[in-house]
Amino acid sequence: MDLKIASASASADERSAVDSLLGVAPETFQGGERNLEGLRVARGGESLRELRPLLLPTLHKVNDRIGHISRGAINYISQRLDVAPAEIYGVATFYALFETRERPPTQVHVCVDLACRAMSGCKEDDLPEGAVASPCLGACERAPAVLVIETGVQVRSQLLAPASRKQIDELVAGKHAPDEQPIAHGAPQTPNKDLVLLSRIGVVDPLSIDDYIANDGFNALKKAFKIGADQVVAEVATSGLVGRGGAAFPTGRKWAAVAAQPIKTRYLVCNADESEPGTFKDRVLLEGDPFALVEAMTIAAFATGCQHGYIYLRGEYPRAMRNLTNAVEVSRRKNYLGENILNSGFNFDITIFKGAGAYICGEETAIFNSIEGYRGEPRNKPPFPVEVGLFGKPTVVNNVETLFNILPIIDNTGEKYAAWGSTGSKGKKLFCVSGAVEKPGVYEVTFGATLRQLIDLAGGLKRGSKIQAVLLGGAAGGFVGPQELDLELTLEAAQQAGTTLGSGVIMVLDETVDMVDQLQRIAAFFRDESCGQCVPCRVGTVRQQEALARLVESTGTDRAKVDLQLLRDLGQVMRDASICGLGQTAHNAIDSALTRLKVFSA
Amino acid sequence: MTAQVTTGLKVRKSIELTIDGQKVTALEGATLLEVCRANGKEIPTLCYGDTITPKNACRVCMVELEGSRTLVPSCSRKVEPGMAVKTDTERTRHSRKLVLELLGSSVDLSLTKNVEKWNDNYGANPTRFGAPSFHHDDRDNAVTGHHHQPDGKTAETVHQPVKIDNVLYVRDYSKCILCYQCVDACGEQWQNTFAIATAGRGFDARISTEFAVDLTDSACVYCGNCIQVCPTGALIFTSEYEMRGAGTWREDDQTQTETICPFCGVGCSLTLHVQDNEIVKVTSPSDHSVTHGNLCIKGRFGFQHVQNTKTTD
Repeated sequence: MDLKIASASASADERSAVDSLLGVAPETFQGGERNLEGLRVARGGESLRELRPLLLPTLHKVNDRIGHISRGAINYISQRLDVAPAEIYGVATFYALFETRERPPTQVHVCVDLACRAMSGCKEDDLPEGAVASPCLGACERAPAVLVIETGVQVRSQLLAPASRKQIDELVAGKHAPDEQPIAHGAPQTPNKDLVLLSRIGVVDPLSIDDYIANDGFNALKKAFKIGADQVVAEVATSGLVGRGGAAFPTGRKWAAVAAQPIKTRYLVCNADESEPGTFKDRVLLEGDPFALVEAMTIAAFATGCQHGYIYLRGEYPRAMRNLTNAVEVSRRKNYLGENILNSGFNFDITIFKGAGAYICGEETAIFNSIEGYRGEPRNKPPFPVEVGLFGKPTVVNNVETLFNILPIIDNTGEKYAAWGSTGSKGKKLFCVSGAVEKPGVYEVTFGATLRQLIDLAGGLKRGSKIQAVLLGGAAGGFVGPQELDLELTLEAAQQAGTTLGSGVIMVLDETVDMVDQLQRIAAFFRDESCGQCVPCRVGTVRQQEALARLVESTGTDRAKVDLQLLRDLGQVMRDASICGLGQTAHNAIDSALTRLKVFSA
Repeated sequence: MTAQVTTGLKVRKSIELTIDGQKVTALEGATLLEVCRANGKEIPTLCYGDTITPKNACRVCMVELEGSRTLVPSCSRKVEPGMAVKTDTERTRHSRKLVLELLGSSVDLSLTKNVEKWNDNYGANPTRFGAPSFHHDDRDNAVTGHHHQPDGKTAETVHQPVKIDNVLYVRDYSKCILCYQCVDACGEQWQNTFAIATAGRGFDARISTEFAVDLTDSACVYCGNCIQVCPTGALIFTSEYEMRGAGTWREDDQTQTETICPFCGVGCSLTLHVQDNEIVKVTSPSDHSVTHGNLCIKGRFGFQHVQNTKTTD
């Protein structure tokens, strides 16, 4: 490509940040030293096009070193990766953790999302000067949460929770962030080796492969190699496992579809972009038992014939990043990844890909665009990922919790796994219980427990609390009222009751919570996180937010009737005509609050 | 095994499907939109352009497909055997109406063809979200993932000042529906210049050069192929912009003359739009098998020399 690079040039620091990933610029035309020889060579085409997936990691390097991405930096990246500056700017401005304007080297992101604002009143307009309002940081069990990013040669990111107002003020004033504390309450049922998905949480040292191996680690992988790929797919199909990210698609069917593809280059993507407000189960799993993900991914790749796997981890989970990075490196060293894994003849490796602040990148096709170095905009389906996915190849996309379920399925057989649960929902399920309960955290149950049982498991309601509503499934899920606590938390019962389990969120809101404020936050969330590609979602989420703002004033009047109808109209077009699940579900929670909780009906 | 003769030609098979209860045939690879239009169904389109791969971003062409939970975009959905499609149901009408309302309330559609007709047809009333708000932050500097809490008294729009930074064409992004066609024409689908891209996210998404610099500082080569594909008049010739401003633009009085560009040996087709014996803009037929409506700066903008009235000394 003929790049037109304007005069702004990268500083020495910016160049060094880029070079730390890409190496020193080899040639003049790639931004290297200007010499006569270099001016006589030019390269292009295929070999340079392959560099594009390095765009997001390179932007991370600069953003982490300098705190923002300047025009000069973009020009240098443009030369290094052969991507036009306008395109890089388009990508950089898509992600909320990137900034193209100068800003202080330390950023304090304060969660203002549903759980944090319900528990502590952290709201956009009363943050201290210099703090950045953030969507859900996935530490709802310890709300309120703050993510501090101290940029520099050694970037330091800490997810601090609970954070007091005083601590936030001090952080913004420039105080060094303390180290993250080991999590005591992420999964209150642990340590408990009788649990299935959480059996190693709080039991093993998440950084030690020996600990992992001593606690049944890699047994399932060895068994998978023994029974063969086809049998693994068959076991998963028999188990009745469905995706745990929210869409509940049968995992066995997805795997079989990829395994049957005529194209042999295939990819496995683990969706760890957990960003649904109120969801933190994947974080707890990744922080506490990262080797299990490596093992589960290797089994998935073996079963479906994938040669390479990506873990798309949201950028707001620094501890999960540290633990996973260690797990992948150590596993590779010990031949649990790489060539000829455990002498099975199977080759597989994993790349960890860091997100940069975009809920939409949890959408299965937006992930592909993000990894490929483009804006994280969802693709139109069909074609589906099992046929045309990452880099245009057949791709398996599975959520973290889904993959964790593979280990007990292989360990026990699919049939035994399927014996757990109800007729329509098989196996074990994690729920993220937060809000007004005594012991918020991730809880493992067999499908079939009721909402009341889950709340009891979490220590019951906070003393003196009275339930006003429970949010099931996150912002894309729906509210249920206090009279619905006997709802069985299975896919079929939820569907019959006109609600959803989504990603397993159970956010208990007591009577002190301002429901209108929660609804406005949900509307604001979807507006902020819409990618902007299709009209129903891009404009619909704004109009939905405006209508809610009017309803605050007009409840009970004729104007309110008009706005309620308007909301229903918007809900329908978003559900019917949006490209992806974000727009399709952006009205669900609001709709449930209007119909089930009768918010705004005076 | 059946013997197969490879000729290098791919023969498209005929496919049977149902549209509004009526059995029709189509060739594989065709889109639902093509088949619907061939069978006399009227389906509105906004972001669809005949020379660009559909981005299916506007969602005005949605149709109902049996077995699909959501509506499907007819512009990009390919026909499959046995499909049962409905083009005019309560759901499709609701969807089209709302999309027209959402766009009409946030974007200046005054230069977009057919919008009034469609608004009438679908009962769309873009003013029902409240009076449009023209007081805006600088959209080029929107902060990703952040916005000001609206009060609901006005309906937010994409209004922003017209960008005039060169003598050849004007960018009025208040009229932009974000169809992506200019980006695709500038980038990988035609020109491979990549001067513009979509920047920002959500309602703040916008077409932009890097750091919103002027076109003169960007990679723009002024081929004007973005103007050719723009369906809403957000990108227009300076000549048209000025004449509209002066109230002298009379499209009905214009003639169109086909000719061949005189500048080089390629021989691109030009369509000269002439008003009062002056060339006011240049387009190129999009169905031309070689150029597909694309030109370079000379063919697109190099017409003033034929109508210079001033004589040299």
